[in-house]
Amino acid sequence: MSELTEKVPSTSGGARGGRVYGEAIKRGALALLVPVLVLIAWQLVGQSAHFAGAVPTPARVASAWYDWIFAAPGMGLNPYLGTWVANVQYSTMRVIQGFSLAMLLGIPLGLAIGWSRLASLTLDPLVQGLRPIPITAWLPFSIAVFGIRDMGSIFLIFLGGFYAIVVNTTQGARDIDRNLVRAGKMMGASSGQLLRRVVLPAAMPSIFTGLRIGLGISWTAVIVSEMVAVKSGLGYVLWDAYYVGRMDIVLADMASIGLMGYISDRLIVAIERKVLVWRMLQNH
Amino acid sequence: MSDIFVSELSKTYEGATPVKALGDIELHVQAGEFVALLGPSGCGKSTLLNLIAGFESPSSGTLTVAGEPVSAPGPARGVVFQEAALFPWLNVWENVVFGPKIAGQSKSEYVARAEEMLEITGLSAFKKHLPVQLSGGMRQRVGIARVLTLGSKVLLMDEPFGALDAQTRLTMQELLLSVWQKLRTTVVFVTHDIDEAILLADTIYVMSARPGRIATRITVPIERPRGLDLITGEVFNGLKRDIMQQMRH
Repeated sequence: MSELTEKVPSTSGGARGGRVYGEAIKRGALALLVPVLVLIAWQLVGQSAHFAGAVPTPARVASAWYDWIFAAPGMGLNPYLGTWVANVQYSTMRVIQGFSLAMLLGIPLGLAIGWSRLASLTLDPLVQGLRPIPITAWLPFSIAVFGIRDMGSIFLIFLGGFYAIVVNTTQGARDIDRNLVRAGKMMGASSGQLLRRVVLPAAMPSIFTGLRIGLGISWTAVIVSEMVAVKSGLGYVLWDAYYVGRMDIVLADMASIGLMGYISDRLIVAIERKVLVWRMLQNH
Repeated sequence: MSDIFVSELSKTYEGATPVKALGDIELHVQAGEFVALLGPSGCGKSTLLNLIAGFESPSSGTLTVAGEPVSAPGPARGVVFQEAALFPWLNVWENVVFGPKIAGQSKSEYVARAEEMLEITGLSAFKKHLPVQLSGGMRQRVGIARVLTLGSKVLLMDEPFGALDAQTRLTMQELLLSVWQKLRTTVVFVTHDIDEAILLADTIYVMSARPGRIATRITVPIERPRGLDLITGEVFNGLKRDIMQQMRH
């Protein structure tokens, strides 16, 4: 069977595995080089007499961050001792809720708009009409409707993820290879079966693009909304710490937000690699 | 009895400048007959195939398959596409049993047939492969095994070997001949390759372009079972000369 071209990477042997491992270390070192140099420079400049106090040094940020995570909670006087995990949880939970809602509504709606002419004519103008309104502009509306409560924040997170998911899912459903749809019909698929077994899987790569973009926007939304619409979470701490002049906490908070965004993006990519094996092989 | 019956059929694509793709098509295919639609690109042979498949509907005329007017695509008429059109997220086995599965058949109803069709198309060892891991020829084998498993009485093939290299194309033609010898389904095979049409078909309809029409109907007087060695034979070459002459006019 010489017609077959085997594209699956062969399982790497010991020697090759070792080389790959060494390569990873080298790449890691190169990636860290510039950031480490920046941190050192920042530390040196921050320590110097000219700038002392304006921006906290990396060492101070690290120590404040450490206390924020590990120190025993104070008597309620200092909110920056041992409250990190709780605040990360608040923000993460809101992102999970808002983003799940965005997926639950965004993916079916995107498939419908991309697949059905009627849905496209009736729903797409609405989505496209609302989409240019920045999520930050929804803040007062959200507070007025939901009050200073979780729901206000979750609504903004939902909105942030929703548009990216809808637009990309729509595109994925529209770009489907016509012959795949014909093949499905030829084999007797009903509209529902076509949608679920042909259009949805074919749109999956676009859907994942939408999820990645949407999740990034959702993290923006959680921070913005927590600054204004609720009294907990990383966004709330960020603004609060600024007010009381704790710039070390502000920076530790910023780094925490970045870290959470990065982890959640990696999570989506890991799921994508599992779900879209066929796509990964195609791109090799 | 005529299995596919096409009469006074025409197809015009409406628009700012309407394009008449097909006109006055008369086509009568017997059950179990292997028919080739032969012609240059733009002669409407794929359009005719799409009409028989039910992917498009005629502007006027009659089109029935097994006595029933064609209104929508369905498993009665299996289509083999030019680029195979396999679902890239399903492996070979899942692609082949897609039809029976969505029809709600239980495993016991389709497993044996699917296994057999994979066997005769030489795919038994590749059930777990994804389409992207297969060459063009292998993908086309899956496309054929898929419609055979579907149990279609009529097979519609749209230049299925057109994108393959010459070597692989010969292998696939041989495969199709042996499969057809076993199953004897009605086949309408679209091609622009004269050799391929003579080798495979009982009857060749030569088409001409603008608007697409059937110019000639040629019966291929070559005994079956046929093999590739036939391509260099006397009868074959004589027939090929005739057809080339007609295609030039």
